[in-house]
Amino acid sequence: MTVRGILRTAGYVPYRRLDRSEINDFFGSGTSTGQRSVAAHDEDTVTMGFEAARSLLWGQGNLQPNSIWFSTANPPYMEKTNANVIHSALQLPEETQAFDFGGGLKSGVGALKTALHSSEQILLIQSDIRNGLPSGEDEHNSGDAAAALLVGDEGDGTLLARYVGGSTVTKEFIDRWRSPKEETSKTWESRFVESTYLPLVDQAWGKALVNTGLETEDIDTLVLVGQNQRVKKQVAKSLGVKEVLDDLSQTIGNSGSAEAAVLLVSALENAKPKEKIALCVIADGVEVLIFEKNDVQQNAITLQDQIAKGGNVPYRKFLQWKGMLPVQPPNRPTPTRISASAAIRESEWKHGFVASKGDQTGLIHMPPSRVSVNAEDEIDAMGQEPMGNKIGTVATFTIDHLVYSENPPVIFAVVDFVGGGRIPIEITDVDPDDVAIGIEVTPTFRKLFTADGIHNYFWKVRPVR
Amino acid sequence: MASKGIKDKVAIVSIGCTPFREHWDKSKDDLVIDATTETLEAVGLTKEEVDAYWVGTAQSGMSGLTLSMPMKLEGKPVTRVENYCATGSEALRQACYAVASGAYDVAMAVGVEKVKDSGYQGLNAFPTPTAGTNRTLTAAAMYSLVLPAYAKKYGVDEDQLRMVVAKIAEKNHYNGARNPLAQFRREISAEQICEMAAVAGRLSVFDCAGVADGAAAAIVVPAEKAYDYTDKPLFVKALSFVSGNGSGLMDPNYDYTTFPECEAAARDAYQQAGIDDPKEALAMAEVHDCFTPTELVLMEDLGFSERGEAWNDVLDGNFGLEGSLPVNTDGGLKSFGHPVGASGIRMHYECWLQLRNEAPEDRSIPQTERNLGLVHNLGGYPGEMVSFVSILGTEIG
Repeated sequence: MTVRGILRTAGYVPYRRLDRSEINDFFGSGTSTGQRSVAAHDEDTVTMGFEAARSLLWGQGNLQPNSIWFSTANPPYMEKTNANVIHSALQLPEETQAFDFGGGLKSGVGALKTALHSSEQILLIQSDIRNGLPSGEDEHNSGDAAAALLVGDEGDGTLLARYVGGSTVTKEFIDRWRSPKEETSKTWESRFVESTYLPLVDQAWGKALVNTGLETEDIDTLVLVGQNQRVKKQVAKSLGVKEVLDDLSQTIGNSGSAEAAVLLVSALENAKPKEKIALCVIADGVEVLIFEKNDVQQNAITLQDQIAKGGNVPYRKFLQWKGMLPVQPPNRPTPTRISASAAIRESEWKHGFVASKGDQTGLIHMPPSRVSVNAEDEIDAMGQEPMGNKIGTVATFTIDHLVYSENPPVIFAVVDFVGGGRIPIEITDVDPDDVAIGIEVTPTFRKLFTADGIHNYFWKVRPVR
Repeated sequence: MASKGIKDKVAIVSIGCTPFREHWDKSKDDLVIDATTETLEAVGLTKEEVDAYWVGTAQSGMSGLTLSMPMKLEGKPVTRVENYCATGSEALRQACYAVASGAYDVAMAVGVEKVKDSGYQGLNAFPTPTAGTNRTLTAAAMYSLVLPAYAKKYGVDEDQLRMVVAKIAEKNHYNGARNPLAQFRREISAEQICEMAAVAGRLSVFDCAGVADGAAAAIVVPAEKAYDYTDKPLFVKALSFVSGNGSGLMDPNYDYTTFPECEAAARDAYQQAGIDDPKEALAMAEVHDCFTPTELVLMEDLGFSERGEAWNDVLDGNFGLEGSLPVNTDGGLKSFGHPVGASGIRMHYECWLQLRNEAPEDRSIPQTERNLGLVHNLGGYPGEMVSFVSILGTEIG
C-alpha cells in the first residue's frame, strides 16, 4: 500500500494583532489576556490562503500539485469557486484542479483526511477569518489565520510526516451554528456540549489506537482542535498523552475551520524526527489523525517567526475592519465593479503579478506591455517576468487622505524592485510612521475593494520584516 | 522631429469666459451658451458666420452635440475633443489648424465643464470598465511626490520647500482676489497655508486647484483677416503638444522633479516661435498650477528658472505681478478654479486681457517691450501626462 503523508507545510498569520486587554478596557470588564491575530481590511480567506500557499510552493523546488482544495467557514464567494482565485494567483496550469471544501468547521480536517486517502498530490489551503459580537467569547478567543499542507505519497519526495492512520466519529447535535446570512455564531450551553463530546472523544481515540496498532504512550504530542475550551481542557487531562501542543490561543487565537491545519503546521515545526503526533479535531463529532514526523527540514517562514513579527491594531480599527463599527466614508464615489472580460485578459498581471520584459533591453514593464518604451525591443516579443516574490525598496512615498479607501489614509509608494522594475503601488500592513524612503517591501496579494459583490483582487506591497 | 508650426498664420480675434464658480443655478448648456454668445457678440459675429466649431469637455458631454444642441447650430461641423485637463487647449489647437489649413475662415473653440452636479468633492473621472488593476491614488497625492524628491535632489530643507510652494498659492490667491471671474477671491498667506492639515503628502487643500463649473470660448481667423474683426488681435506663434508614453511610472531613473512632457512641449513651442530665452522674450505666462508643486517644477521645465533654482526664484518674487516674468496673473487654477474642459481657453483669455492691456488695473502686468504670452496646460500625473504649450503675440513677425 502506498504510504501517504504531508510533503510540505506553511502557515500564514496576518500582521495585525489585537491585545485582548483593549476589549476588556473598552467594556470595563473581562479578564482575557494575550493577543489575537487580525486579518487586515484588505485581506480575506482567499488572500490569506494564497499567502500560505505561495510560502509553501514558491522557492521550494518544482512542486506541482494536481489539485488545490480550499477550505473555509468564511468564503468570499458562494457559488463561484474561491480556490480558482488562488489557482490563478499561484499561476498554476489549467490542468490543475481547484475545489472548495467549505461551510462547516470540520471541512478543513475533512479535506485533509480525504486528501490522505486520495492518490494525487493535493495542496490543501485552509483559511479562516473569525468574527464575534463585540465583547463576546468568539471575539476574544478567535484569531484569523491560514495554513497550507501539501499532501502526497512517498514517491513525490521525502514526506515531512507520514500518515499513520486515524478514526472518525460522526454525531449530529446542536453545539454551534450560524445562519449563512449572519456574521456571528451562536452556541448551546457549554456543559451540555462538554458532556456530549467527552464520550465521543474517548470512542474516537480508542478506535484510532486500534486502527493504527498504537498505544497512548506511543503518541508524543496531542494536538487538540475545537471551539469549546472546557472540552479541550478535559480531553487534555483525560487522554494522558505526554505532551499537549500549545494551541496558540495566547498569540493567534482559534482559527475555526483552519485551526486543525494551523496547529498541525505548528506541531510539525516543533516535532523531532520519529515523533508521533495525534491530531484530534472536536467538531460535530471527532476526527483523529496520527502522523509520524520524518527527518526533513523546510524553508518556509515558521509560524513562530510570524507570531513574533506582528503589529498591533487598535480596538476601534479592529471593530471597523470586522464590520462591527461602520464609519463615515470619504465623500468620493465608491468604486465600480471590475469588468470580467478585462480581468480575464489581464489575469496574469492581475492575479499573478507577471510583468513583461523587453527582449533586447530586459527592461521590465509594470504593468506588462506589448510595446517597449525602448525602441530596441521588438513589438510583441516581450518576455514574462513574475514579480510576486521579488524584493523592492521604497523610492518615494506619499500619504493620501482624499482617495476612497476602506482604511484611510492610503499610503502609496514608488517601489523599485531588485533586478529591475518600478511601480507606484499601495503599501499595506504598515503604519504611516513606519514608512521611509529605502525600506524593503515585497508584493502581497490583497482585496482592493468589493463592488456589486465582486471582489477586486490585486497586489500591494508590504514591508519585509 | 521638430514641428513646422503655423507661426503668424492664424489669429485669435475674440475670447470670452464665464465666471468660474459652483454654478448651482447653471447647467452645462447654460455655461456653453453664455461663453459662446459673449465671444460672438464681442466681435459682432453670429453663430451662422462661424464655419466650424470644436468643443472641449472632459466629461460633461459626448460628441459635437454638446455644443450644437444648446446653441441650435444648423448644418455646422462640430467636433468634441478631450485631452484630460488640457482639453480646452486641444479644442483651440484644432480650431487653429483648421483655419491655417484653409479649410475654414472662421472657427470657434469652446471649452466647458460642469463638475459640481456629481454630489462628490473634487474631480472624479468617469468609471471606465477595467480589470481593477489601475492605480487609485488621487492627483493631489501623485503631485505631492514632487516635494520630497525635489528637496532631496537639490538639498532644500523640506520645511522650507513646503513654504516655497505655499508662496505660490499665496501669489495666485493674491492675483485671483483681483479677478472678478475667479472662484476664490480671498488672499491667504503662505504661513496660513502651511498651518493647514495635510490631505496628500504635505499638501493641504489650499495647495490644490479650485473645483468649479465654467466655460470659455475663442474665435480664430486667418492672420491676414484678423484686423477685419479687431484692432488688437493675438497672433498664434506656436502650438505644441506632447502625449507621454508613461515611462515615468516604470522607469527607476525618473525622479519626480521634472515633467519631461512639459519640457519637450516647451522646447517645440520655442522653436516654432523662434524664442531663444523665454525669460527675456515673454511678457507673461499662464501655467497649469493644478497643485502648487506643479507650478514650481514648471518654472524649470518651461525654462523660466535654471534647474534647482525655481524655489529661489519663487522666494525672490520673480513670478509675481511685479516680477521679472509674471505667472498666473489671473489667479491660475488655484484661485480661478478648474472646470477641466474650459481651463485651457481661460488661460488664453488672460493672455488676451494682459497683452491687450485690458486686465483690471490692480493686476495688470508692467508695460514693457515684450509682447508675447505663453500658455501651458497639462493633463495627467507625474510620469504619465499630456502637455500643451502655446505662444501668442500682438504683432506679426
